Amino acid sequence: MELIPESTWDNEPAPHSDVVMSCRVRLARNIAGFPFVNRASETQCNEVMRTAREVLLAMGNNDDNGDCQMMWVDLNNSTTRDRRLLVERHLISRNLDESKTRRAVAISEDETLSVMVNEEDHLRMQVLAPGLELGGALERINTVDDAVESRVDYAFSPRWGYLTACPTNVGTGVRFSVMLHLPALKITNEIERVRRAARDLHLAVRGYYGEGTESAGDFYQISNQVTLGRTEVDLLDEFEQNIIPQIIAYEQEARSILAKRSEPLLDDRTHRALAILRNARLLGLEEAMKLLSRVRLGVLMQRLDDVPLKAVNQLFLQVQPAHLQLHAGDDLNADQLREARADLVRKTMA
Amino acid sequence: MKCDLCNKPAVVHEVTVKNGQKNEVHLCEDHAAESGIAMPGHQPINQLLTQFVVSPADATQGGTGKKGTQRSSRKVCDGCGMTFAQFRQSGILGCAECYEAFAEQLSILIQRTQGGATHHVGKSPRRAGKSLDRQLERQRLIKQLDAAVDAEQYERAAKLRDMLNMMEVNDGDGSGDSSDESRRS
Repeated sequence: MELIPESTWDNEPAPHSDVVMSCRVRLARNIAGFPFVNRASETQCNEVMRTAREVLLAMGNNDDNGDCQMMWVDLNNSTTRDRRLLVERHLISRNLDESKTRRAVAISEDETLSVMVNEEDHLRMQVLAPGLELGGALERINTVDDAVESRVDYAFSPRWGYLTACPTNVGTGVRFSVMLHLPALKITNEIERVRRAARDLHLAVRGYYGEGTESAGDFYQISNQVTLGRTEVDLLDEFEQNIIPQIIAYEQEARSILAKRSEPLLDDRTHRALAILRNARLLGLEEAMKLLSRVRLGVLMQRLDDVPLKAVNQLFLQVQPAHLQLHAGDDLNADQLREARADLVRKTMA
Repeated sequence: MKCDLCNKPAVVHEVTVKNGQKNEVHLCEDHAAESGIAMPGHQPINQLLTQFVVSPADATQGGTGKKGTQRSSRKVCDGCGMTFAQFRQSGILGCAECYEAFAEQLSILIQRTQGGATHHVGKSPRRAGKSLDRQLERQRLIKQLDAAVDAEQYERAAKLRDMLNMMEVNDGDGSGDSSDESRRS
């Protein structure tokens, strides 16, 4: 599997990228005439894979999707490390990695589009973008959806919309999500208020790797839970124009309060974190994420002038275990991983 | 902040004031659920199922009464053979036909988890691309109109408003290819 060695993101400043690391639009779709994945036989799963492969690989030949050459990865024939790499890049879910079903993923050359095959639904298509650019992401996923839909029949009912294995996704099947970096709200102990407000607004708050994960490095994934009874654009508008800007403003306010009232505390945390990252010989993942988060905040608040933001952003991905293994070209045990992580961070931050 | 009853983080905070006395309760998710404080939209769907899915027929037999629940649990989907009891366990349906087989119970559950919504609006297959394209186009025009008004470009704003009105007239008179509407189910 040939993935782009470095993340292509962060080459240009994206909208609201001081707080929003990335955003994602996902569509859940099932192919008519097949049981959902959990009730499908191996033959039926294979048939879904065959159909999906044919349709998705053909997309690159269509003029409307000229830049959409897809790479097909049969996950049953892939190594554990390759699957973990895909999880770390948010191109597949942990569920798909761990599933025993016949499954695959199709990924665009630039790794911004991926289609998981035989996850909870037959097709889970997603477009990822840096910063807050959900409108563009929705337009792109819509084009992909149309291209697939022109060749296969989706399970659909006029009453319920697109039929999904879990009724919580029924209707549009659309999920908008943003990965937010909220270190200042964490420091000011206001993160619980954000969580509660989000829950009241029918939003889900998850950790760095999605469902069932804790927040690492002060990252929080926020997504809509309502998928029925509203159009895709209405859902998008409310999420992108109304809800997320409020959380961004809240974090920015917390940052300016910190700068005004707690400058020594902020500087101390930033420089301590940087000192450890520049000197440690062994680094655990959780510790690395926590310290990188502090340094990122310091860079964004102009407390540090010799650390490039891009390098910090990329380290969040590069310190993940499968990426370290890829970098080392070898399987590393837990101790070797901690050593390799410290080496990489030290060299990058030097 | 920790839960009053254990060491887990508190996620529910209740403040009551009675006779001038302020009383604060901080509970973790488990203890909040135990004490009957609901947190909609945050529970796993199979938990919601056991709490809220009662068919109207069941209700007439005494709410969550055992007989009614047993009867709805025995319902089987002709499409994939899944029973409602199996769905209650996993929260995952077996096939598209399950939506018909368990329609009565699902409509209550879906309404609850979807903020009260009962019907799909938005994209639908075949003519779908066009309908979403139109939504996006409309959104673009509204943004341009707002910008034109802000910039006091009133001629441009009038033109944009005419375009939006025209779009609404066209959408309203059903000029879309409605023949595709019920193509599949």
